[in-house]
Amino acid sequence: MKLPIYLDNHSTTRCDPRVLETMLPYFTEKYGNAASRNHSFGWECEEAVEAARQQIARLVHADAKEIVFTSGATESDNLALKGVAEMYREKGDHIITSSTEHRAVLDTAKYLEKKGFKVTYLPVDKTGMVSPDDVRNAITDRTILISIMLANNEIGTINPIKDIGKVAKEKGVLFHCDATQGVGKIPVNVQEMGIDLMSFSAHKIYGPKGVGALYVRRKAPRVRLEPLIHGGGHERGMRSGTLPVPLVVGFGKACEICEQEMDTEAVRIRALRDRLYKGITDALEEVYLNGHPTERLPGNLNVSFAYVEGEALLMGVKDIALSSGSACTSATLEPSYVLRALGVGSDLAHSSIRFGIGRFNTEEEIDYTIDQIVKAVNHLRAMSPLYEMAKEGIDLKSVQWAAH
Amino acid sequence: MAYSEKVIDHYNNPRNMGSFKKDEPDVGTGIVGAPECGDVMKLQIKVRDNTIVDAKFKTFGCGSAIASSSLATEWLKGKTLEEANQIKNTDIVQELNLPPVKIHCSVLAEDAIKAALNDYKKKAGLQREDTQEGTMASTSSS
Repeated sequence: MKLPIYLDNHSTTRCDPRVLETMLPYFTEKYGNAASRNHSFGWECEEAVEAARQQIARLVHADAKEIVFTSGATESDNLALKGVAEMYREKGDHIITSSTEHRAVLDTAKYLEKKGFKVTYLPVDKTGMVSPDDVRNAITDRTILISIMLANNEIGTINPIKDIGKVAKEKGVLFHCDATQGVGKIPVNVQEMGIDLMSFSAHKIYGPKGVGALYVRRKAPRVRLEPLIHGGGHERGMRSGTLPVPLVVGFGKACEICEQEMDTEAVRIRALRDRLYKGITDALEEVYLNGHPTERLPGNLNVSFAYVEGEALLMGVKDIALSSGSACTSATLEPSYVLRALGVGSDLAHSSIRFGIGRFNTEEEIDYTIDQIVKAVNHLRAMSPLYEMAKEGIDLKSVQWAAH
Repeated sequence: MAYSEKVIDHYNNPRNMGSFKKDEPDVGTGIVGAPECGDVMKLQIKVRDNTIVDAKFKTFGCGSAIASSSLATEWLKGKTLEEANQIKNTDIVQELNLPPVKIHCSVLAEDAIKAALNDYKKKAGLQREDTQEGTMASTSSS
């Protein structure tokens, strides 16, 4: 087993060697511009791009013509929200989203609020799920877009997208889904789910960084967008700029691998996740699961270790790459807004750790992780005044703490 | 964020980690911070003849908070009450090479020192209660 161990696969993933191999010729031999119509360098690249578009479309049950390449999911989210807002401004000025969306959606929504749009941020239940009824009740005759994520990047909770899509259809409102964490990990079908626009990216699914896609529905309804980037009219005019052919080819290959291996891979990764959770909870008391017990991404485990601060815990497992909802890991000194939206107390939000298991993790790595986490938690609990007080029977909630 | 070697050393080998009995007359206890803020420090001193003969800490917080309080106990031992009162958070920042975002950890450690000193002085009748400084947390059961 090689150290350090990578367990931060929600953040990004290692590029699959099969993906890299597919990409390489497009740097050195097939280096044409896919938009060059007059020579073979251009033709072979255009062909490669269209083949990749097919592979990507197939994974999400879309038509290849409905895939618009972007620089990544953040750009896709920006294009979906701003593009719809600007295009449909005369129809309405109201957008519905949820409080646990990725910053790429939330910050874009905030920007649109400054531009005069009204945004409803729906709450989530204690497992992190958006209620389709809440979506229905929030819709007004001014609503032009609903944007709800497929799976949350911190807690892995999977939203009832199909039901939300149904509500959107009923009410005739466009539905954007940020599916960055879900595509390639769980089945996604834009037809069955009633999705009109969908963001996702390559580097979350063992593809290269720097390329993503926005699915834009062409029929029933035909979605129109005001572009963010103007120029040569590439990508049906929705996103100008020369396509990064090697990245696009890699994205396609990554999607193809996911399509072929998702079923078996999800089973294997879920087993590793369950092994990790069991190993940790068998050895430690007061470990709390954040998110949904079953409706969650196979590779996601998010838990809070009571009486232990998250960043200190990460420091104790320095050979393992993980992420924490602790304030100390963010620039703002505020704990995770996602966990706070679930109603997790600030104390337990500070104590949260996100494990992201992926394609290249092994059982041996999971067992090592269990061992290291248990040791570090015990080390820190022995050091924790809160653990001591709790053991003495003091109710920590009754203490008058001096906030600082 | 990369930690300084000194922070890592205190984290791995905390000095004077533990607790004294709170109700003993020669023990001063300071508890500062709040779980909601992600930092709680408990610092205790044992005083004989105006001199701190022993010190202990327990901390819930990040590595820098742990290191700040661990370092504080090292510095407190052997100091008189007056000398202990002179320890500044900036000394801790300097010794541990804390980055700007972690300065609040050193402030908390200074608060904990002050709170422990005040608690002891109050017990020993050296100080009126209304002049108490620091941000000591009070527990309903103590």
